[in-house]
Amino acid sequence: MPQSRCVDGNEAAALVAHRLSDVCAIYPITPASPMGELADAWSAAGRPNLWGSVPRVIEMQSEAGAAGALHGALTAGSLATTFTASQGLLLMLPNLYKIAGELTPAVVHVAARALATHALSIFGDHSDVMAARGTGWAMLCASSVQECHDFALLSHATTLRTRVPFLHFFDGFRTSHEVARIDLLDDDDLRALVRDDDVLAHRARGLTAERPVLRGTAQNPDVFFQAREAANPFYDAVPDAVQAAMDQLAERTGRAYRLVEYHGAQDAERVVVVMGSAAGALTEAVDALVAAGERVGVVTVRLYRPFPTAALLAALPGTVRRIAVLDRVKEPGAPAEPLHLDVALAVLGAGLPVTVTGGRYGLGSKEFTPRDAAAVLSELGGDEPRPRFTVGIVDDVTGLSLDRDPAFTVPATGTQAVFFGLGSDGTVGATKSSVKIIGESTDLHAQGYFVYDSKKSGSVTVSHLRFGPDPIRSSYLIEAADFVACHQFSLLERMPVLDVARPGATVLLNAPFPADQVWGRLPREVQQQAVDKDLRIYAVDARAVARDVGLGNRINTVMQPCFFALCGVLPADEAITLVKASVAKTYGRRGRSVVERNHAAIDRALDAMHEVPLGPVTSGTTMRHDLPAAAPAFVRDVTAVMLEGRGDLLPVSALPVDGSFPTATARWEKRQLADEIPIWDPSLCIDCGKCAIVCPHAAIRMKAYSADDLAALGAAGEALPHKAVVGRDLPVGSLLTVQVAPDDCTGCGVCVDVCPARSKTVAKHKVIDLLPAAEHRDEERPHYEAFLALPEIDRSLVRHDTVKGSQLLQPLFEFSGACSGCGETPYLKLLTQLFGDRMVVANATGCSSIYGGNLPTTPWSVDAAGRGPAWSNSLFEDNAEFGLGMRLALDSRRAEARSLLSDLAPAIGGELVAALLDEPDLQDEAAMTRQRELVGRLRAVLPRVQTPDGERLTSLADALIPSSTWIVGGDGWAYDIGFGGLDHVLSSGANVNILVLDTEVYSNTGGQASKSTPRGATAKFASNGKGTRKKDLGLLAQAYGDVYVAQIALGANETQAVRSLLEAAAHDGPSLVIAYSTCIAHGIEMSTSMSHQKQAVASGYWPLYRYHPSPESGAHPFSLDSKAPTIPLAEFMESETRFAVLARTDPARASELDLLAQADVDERWHYYEQLGGVERSVPTQDAAGDHVEGTEEP
Amino acid sequence: MTDRLRSRYLGLDLASPLVASPSPLTGSLDSLLRLEDAGVGAVVLPSLFEEEVEGEPLLLLERMEAGAGVVGEAAEYFPDVDLDHLGLDRHLVLVQEAASRLSVPVVASLNGTSPGGWVRYARELVDAGARALELNMYDVAADPARSSADVEGAYLTLVAEVCRSVDVPVAVKLSPYVTSLAHFAREVVGAGAAGLVLFNRFYQPDLDLVTLDVTARLELSRRGELRLPLRWIAILRPQLTSTSLALTSGVASGADVAKGLLAGADVVMSTSELLRSGPGRARGLLDELLAWMDEGEYADVDELRGSVAQHAASDPTAYERAQYQRVLASWHG
Repeated sequence: MPQSRCVDGNEAAALVAHRLSDVCAIYPITPASPMGELADAWSAAGRPNLWGSVPRVIEMQSEAGAAGALHGALTAGSLATTFTASQGLLLMLPNLYKIAGELTPAVVHVAARALATHALSIFGDHSDVMAARGTGWAMLCASSVQECHDFALLSHATTLRTRVPFLHFFDGFRTSHEVARIDLLDDDDLRALVRDDDVLAHRARGLTAERPVLRGTAQNPDVFFQAREAANPFYDAVPDAVQAAMDQLAERTGRAYRLVEYHGAQDAERVVVVMGSAAGALTEAVDALVAAGERVGVVTVRLYRPFPTAALLAALPGTVRRIAVLDRVKEPGAPAEPLHLDVALAVLGAGLPVTVTGGRYGLGSKEFTPRDAAAVLSELGGDEPRPRFTVGIVDDVTGLSLDRDPAFTVPATGTQAVFFGLGSDGTVGATKSSVKIIGESTDLHAQGYFVYDSKKSGSVTVSHLRFGPDPIRSSYLIEAADFVACHQFSLLERMPVLDVARPGATVLLNAPFPADQVWGRLPREVQQQAVDKDLRIYAVDARAVARDVGLGNRINTVMQPCFFALCGVLPADEAITLVKASVAKTYGRRGRSVVERNHAAIDRALDAMHEVPLGPVTSGTTMRHDLPAAAPAFVRDVTAVMLEGRGDLLPVSALPVDGSFPTATARWEKRQLADEIPIWDPSLCIDCGKCAIVCPHAAIRMKAYSADDLAALGAAGEALPHKAVVGRDLPVGSLLTVQVAPDDCTGCGVCVDVCPARSKTVAKHKVIDLLPAAEHRDEERPHYEAFLALPEIDRSLVRHDTVKGSQLLQPLFEFSGACSGCGETPYLKLLTQLFGDRMVVANATGCSSIYGGNLPTTPWSVDAAGRGPAWSNSLFEDNAEFGLGMRLALDSRRAEARSLLSDLAPAIGGELVAALLDEPDLQDEAAMTRQRELVGRLRAVLPRVQTPDGERLTSLADALIPSSTWIVGGDGWAYDIGFGGLDHVLSSGANVNILVLDTEVYSNTGGQASKSTPRGATAKFASNGKGTRKKDLGLLAQAYGDVYVAQIALGANETQAVRSLLEAAAHDGPSLVIAYSTCIAHGIEMSTSMSHQKQAVASGYWPLYRYHPSPESGAHPFSLDSKAPTIPLAEFMESETRFAVLARTDPARASELDLLAQADVDERWHYYEQLGGVERSVPTQDAAGDHVEGTEEP
Repeated sequence: MTDRLRSRYLGLDLASPLVASPSPLTGSLDSLLRLEDAGVGAVVLPSLFEEEVEGEPLLLLERMEAGAGVVGEAAEYFPDVDLDHLGLDRHLVLVQEAASRLSVPVVASLNGTSPGGWVRYARELVDAGARALELNMYDVAADPARSSADVEGAYLTLVAEVCRSVDVPVAVKLSPYVTSLAHFAREVVGAGAAGLVLFNRFYQPDLDLVTLDVTARLELSRRGELRLPLRWIAILRPQLTSTSLALTSGVASGADVAKGLLAGADVVMSTSELLRSGPGRARGLLDELLAWMDEGEYADVDELRGSVAQHAASDPTAYERAQYQRVLASWHG
């Protein structure tokens, strides 16, 4: 019997790839990252490949780098692989052509994902792999987790047999992240298919000085073409070779595959051709339709390149008359999508009397259900099937979409369960564990799939679990569940949790109430559904149980045994034993007390669960529909639909054609995530502004205003807490309010941590205290409304270079979905306070592009005049160049506008033109206001200038208002993948500002090491502690001499941070600000985020400095802004899990690296101290001229 | 090492009556070896704190799982590593290594928080090679609903349970904050303790005048602190004739060691002086003791041990007087 295990598609592929590789050159990218991470972890643990060596896994600086290393390793005779997706695959394309052109056996495993076009999507479709179809790589598509495992082996075996490299791909997320039970291939299976002779032949082709060859020549027109054709026989041999390997696999395992497979009626007239996971939904639909007497079928293409024309034709029933080909990719402008074209050509070539149509489906992981499949087959049965169509959406613009029959369903087999939870409560982990328990401890098949929203805080997760005696082919979300669990009671008010429950279903609630109160606490809509569907409801106060056993908020350990007890898949005792064993396996390596407390929670769970009898539908609570009436039309009509989880229903016409969305939408979301919110005590406040400057979500703000302003609000103003302003920097009599946004605050507590002022009588009472949100929201809401109604301060009346002054400016970055306590967002918010109404942002892909630009809402906002940051994200690797391009365009537009102004001066008026040409300093508020007024006057005048130049100037007038270009991204971008471009931009002399939000790790993709990761830190790809020191990016930038460089840490010195940003913006040239950004990947209590920053600086780990280029002779551009270290580095390192882990995994290495890390700090501090004495001045034209003249002196 | 210093403590034969009590010095094998070289008769390893060893994995888990399962892009933020060297593991390894590498007896110290924890960890420490246990029993009795009898009763129950569950001698490190110490000491011995260590010094809170936070910092003992344990060693010596007594706190010289022995201590423990001056200082303390013994013509430490205990002192009541008047009278302003 083969060994069975529950794994996801990524692991299924990696389990084979790692055993068949000498070298894995990798780079993280969603959704392929887990493959590389697993390979790295296995190698770090010493797991050998099939030949007894531990594969060398190396993280590169980009996918381009990974491909280069892959190519090199292959060229030198290694068996090498990599794992990637989407943009990563695109970055590999040049090398893919080379590797194939050189007939080099290789495999790249791809979790196929959408390419960024009008928007980034981390989700699955085939646009990446289709972009690689011209590279000369064979392409083998797995459509299930088992196939990921099997096809990984087929790819590795066949590439060695044929010398044609293989792209092994499967659907991102739907397959890469689906957990399913599979039969594992053992080493003998691998040895049987991967023939020693083929391996030896490959190794023999490796470059060696003993048998030198020249590979990679440049060829002239005389031979290039012929040489390109010389490889043809190798491609011709691939289909048969793949089928032979498939047959060999079938002999060993019983799992038979064909290059192209048919399923359905033998006399089918209508057939759908598809590739990937959609085959599962299609198969279910076809079975249901055939059972109903329809003559339909489905063809699944497994080998896509070289395209197996003969196999396709052989697979088609002779009765077929109409074929619909489904492509999970869009090629705008093409006569048809790729698979459609291939099939059509095959049919045409064979002279078959068949109509071939084609449709797009599933882009960006759009669901593809049996209902969609039935719609395609129904369309094929019509009088005139549409030649091209889409399915799964409503296209009310070009009318391409197919109508679907809402009533169409396929018979459900087995049991279907859905679990609603918050990302933070462990629901996903518990459900994965349940899948494994069922799949690995019973004879049942099991499948788990997990849906997340895009927020990093307060994220809702929905876990879909199927199990039953038959293999599970369903490749779509559960629509009618037998069991529904809601792990957070509050979700019942936020989303239609019970919609998915079938009549008579069992419902399990985590309810923090006594048993007899649960029914009454349910929202009225939920009560109604429960009665209408005759649901059986059970409840458990999981948090109370978890708390009692010392597990805090880990409610999943309580919910999981309750699920098993209710679903009946196993006898309760057996289930409890298995859940405990699962806990022991998962946490046994993390400490005994963890296991014991989880076991205690499991033991108590069932006793704490009780049934909730259905009662009268009388609840006074209703589901929340929070969208304020004042929301703009787009938010009401489009954004709100997405927020309600019904975005799938939006038609094509509802969405922008070019990906441009309005900003200032996060303010309408009102997520109410916080259990506690900060409440201000004006009697103690010292106006320092620290709470506001550190707030990651702009949820606590400060305003100064006059008594008249307050009076103008009437009763609302009277009720608004306020105080007299301290100091003389604002007009006498000014008032001040610090106000929380009660529905937007995440309750992270960073503001309270930094608040320096306390009550003199009760030390624990600070100016702001975290108090229960439930008790204070109602009171604070009108306060916040009144606060918003107060006028924003006149920007020219307040100093921007102080903490307090900067915090009196309106933030135009608010309420992001970043992690609660995020260390990055305070910098972005501060930037918008300083430059928000005059800034253009180029944002590298990463955390900041997700919390900044992932729909449904954006935190980038506007002021009352509608001005605010203009933001765009291009890619991960090109952000510096992208920002430079923006700057060049703005400069070009400005130059042209100025030129036109001069040309048109007689028509416009000399005085106005002269005033406009006298451009203000970006940071001179009064002058900026004046310039905007002048541009307004210009716009009023220009319509009278009836010339083409006048129209051109109208279109360019905005460019006369100075703008600040900010290039923003994380360390993965700046230090690694984007460094080449960043370096180039720094060298350009262009007036751009670069802000690096340095978390010292790839945060967005889950904590992989970057070149910014410090020595001694544990991270993915550095699981035994990073052995090398952190790259000194600031020092590299300083080498140019004319680049402004600052290293800042808001929690350590807010003023230095504010001034650095102002100086960077003012510097007429490139500037680079490296901002220390605390992150959950550091393993710290995020409420103390700023205290960690303070410690980082106090230990010398993160010195604060500014390098301010100057043309002055004898200038000392480098100033060290932090004091010499006052605490040992160990004190800082011990407080962060990223460092502390190593002492628990490898104490000896930890000791060694700790010493080296302290030496790094000491050495760098010594070096920086010397830099403070270095004289350097930026050569200017004048200075150069002087010098030239001087040399000409006799 | 001269035989003149041979001592017995908790039924163990020691080469000298100087014992290194729990400190960072007894927390590393390197310094333990240096202490042994310098002549200490035994070492007491740093306390295993149940609360700490149980809390550490939970805290690490919480930190390492932060953000896990929240977004599709990142299943978790830390690599899947084996934490094979948690505090408990490291502590037990220290006990094992010390027991195997040192020739002097290794005493393990334990601070539990739950009845089950005391017993479980006591066994683990013994299984790891500890020749004896020192129970570091103390919590702040701030609950007004618990009487002193309640608190003491709970301690006695624990002592009895631990003593029943291990087959090595157990010493109890007492707090001086007991209303009737002599009575309680007798009860502890009755519960099974083979020895008493006088006294525990505790982390006492301090206030940070800048932040107004309450801070905790252990300060090294000062010489004058010797007096309190000295008194109680002298009082208890004749009362508990078959119980090992250890004096700790304020031992900074060979003279202090001598005083402890004179009062009746079987061993004298030093922490602060060794931390201040390094492990090698143990040799100095013993040399000073020997010099004093030479001066007094003592043949060995057994001869002097307890010679000024309460029952043997020329003025036994001196140990029980508050002595204000003499102190004041000797004050010369």
